[in-house]
Amino acid sequence: MNDNPLIALAGYFALLSLFAVGGANAAIPEMHRIAVEVMHWMSDRQFADSFAISQVSPGPNIIIVTLIGYHVAGLAGAAVATAAMCGPTCVLAFLVARTWDRFKEARWRIAIQAGLVPVSLGLIAASAFVLARSADHNIYAAAITAITAIVGFATRINPLWIFAVGGLLGLSGWV
Amino acid sequence: MTAEEFNEAFALSQFLPGPNVVNFSVVFGSRFGGAPGAAVALAGLMGPPLIIVTILAVLYARFGDLEVLGRILAGITAAATGLLIAVVAKMATPLFGKRWDWAPLVAIAAFIGVAIMQWPLPLVFAVLAPVSVACAWMTR
Repeated sequence: MNDNPLIALAGYFALLSLFAVGGANAAIPEMHRIAVEVMHWMSDRQFADSFAISQVSPGPNIIIVTLIGYHVAGLAGAAVATAAMCGPTCVLAFLVARTWDRFKEARWRIAIQAGLVPVSLGLIAASAFVLARSADHNIYAAAITAITAIVGFATRINPLWIFAVGGLLGLSGWV
Repeated sequence: MTAEEFNEAFALSQFLPGPNVVNFSVVFGSRFGGAPGAAVALAGLMGPPLIIVTILAVLYARFGDLEVLGRILAGITAAATGLLIAVVAKMATPLFGKRWDWAPLVAIAAFIGVAIMQWPLPLVFAVLAPVSVACAWMTR
């Protein structure tokens, strides 16, 4: 990739947007790989912090790319990263929306959708793994993750309450 | 928009790659007002959150090193990770609950490729997606 961080942001995120089946949650490992391992834009902790901020912010979770972009290259970086992550897929959505009625019952369309579900499940599981490795650096953080997983699976509680409790436990020095 | 049209738009945005909610706003907006409608819906969805998250980005750039902020965010990350595991469990239940066919194997392969081997996502996708879609095609 080019040395200019804006070009690198645009290239990586535009490419990623087309492979992110399952949305923002499925794209986390690749974002982590690029931003932390390959480009060294940010530390593991800064990536985890960005994820936390994107979770408590209103709006779509994909907004984590705005945070990464800002971290790399300020306001221009935030704009470029966001546009690159949303642009290609928006154009695709617009084009497909006009022809959707023609192929929504097609066998290949149903096969593609059914085939991509397990891929996105594996990717989201990988996201959880990558984040757990960043976040659960002691027994208390791991306990919060484990308890939240059970509560999230068994109930339909508003995630903001869970984030609030997690933040308070962090503040109190348990994490 | 009728309930059925809503479901159609929702199914379409799930089918497409990239952020699902963003796709949905484009599909939804274009149904009402073509390209301008899609642009307005997208701006409405993304505009206010982008302003808020940019302010948060500026604050984080300035105060991110504060230990107390780091502790709060670490707690939130730990909790958010747990919620993600819950999402995975909910998705996996119908997939792994049935008879053990290709679908769980694809999910496990995607997980190993991306999480353990740390291979690039486009590579893992290019190998697994065609296999998975072919399996879905043949089992129907």
